[in-house]
Amino acid sequence: MPLNQTFRGRVYPATAPYEVGLEKIREFADALGDKNPVSRDVEAAKAHGHPEVVAPPTFAIVLTMRAEGQVVFDPTLGLDIGRVLHRDQKFRYSRSIRAHDVLTVTVSVDGIDEVGGNDVLTLSSEVRTVEGEHVCTATSTLVSRAAGREPHDD
Amino acid sequence: MTMQLVGRPSYDEVERGLRLAGRVFTVQRKDLIQYGGAACDYNTIHWDDRTAAAIGLPSPIAHGMLTMALALSVVTDWAGDPGAVVDFGGRFPRVVAVPNDGVGVEISVEATVVEKLEPPNVRVSISVMSGGSRVLTMPRTIVALR
Repeated sequence: MPLNQTFRGRVYPATAPYEVGLEKIREFADALGDKNPVSRDVEAAKAHGHPEVVAPPTFAIVLTMRAEGQVVFDPTLGLDIGRVLHRDQKFRYSRSIRAHDVLTVTVSVDGIDEVGGNDVLTLSSEVRTVEGEHVCTATSTLVSRAAGREPHDD
Repeated sequence: MTMQLVGRPSYDEVERGLRLAGRVFTVQRKDLIQYGGAACDYNTIHWDDRTAAAIGLPSPIAHGMLTMALALSVVTDWAGDPGAVVDFGGRFPRVVAVPNDGVGVEISVEATVVEKLEPPNVRVSISVMSGGSRVLTMPRTIVALR
């Protein structure tokens, strides 16, 4: 089913503020088996010049994926969520995400395309502090496989 | 602030072509559950056999972002600081199916410094293989050194 083309270019309102928890960063690092003390201990973080514990580089996905749900789960978009695969993901940081940051995400629909019968949705998510400082921009490309194709068919 | 870059490798001492210490990770179903909880990603494709079977997969699949995070840990272990990785991205050409067999699958990561950019940045290329196939390509990971 083709996606609703009117979504192209949409920019969503900034999400409600998300406070980055110290224990959330530690849990995230635990899930990766990442032992880096900079992601666990504020003294280690300070020794590296950071004012607070620093999240692993992919942590922004915790915020951006939730924010992108505004688009992905909107039934009027027409995305077959059961067949969606993550094809590409990029992040560009102005600075690291740190414990106690209070962040909002602004999602834009950069692209809606059809490639080889598959729907391709490209979203960008700009992460800023509530004071307006740019922290990170994430770009996600999601592909919804046409019915009858298996995820391994490339 | 001179403290800022303590522990990172020195830009001047890093040569193009440097191969970082690669790693082989074993990923089991329980690791997908743990990552999904930590990342707040409850998509059934990452834990539910019925969902996987319905779209023709042999088992639930690893989160692409888990694979990417494991790949980047090779770089942050080298750099000593998760804040050193400032710009990165990748493509997932193939999914990683993770059976619930108590054994799991291996994901192997290799990373090489392929370009020295304007100081203090270098570009690292990361390659991730599982089951004989490339499952993630990250040709352009920018790392800020000292």
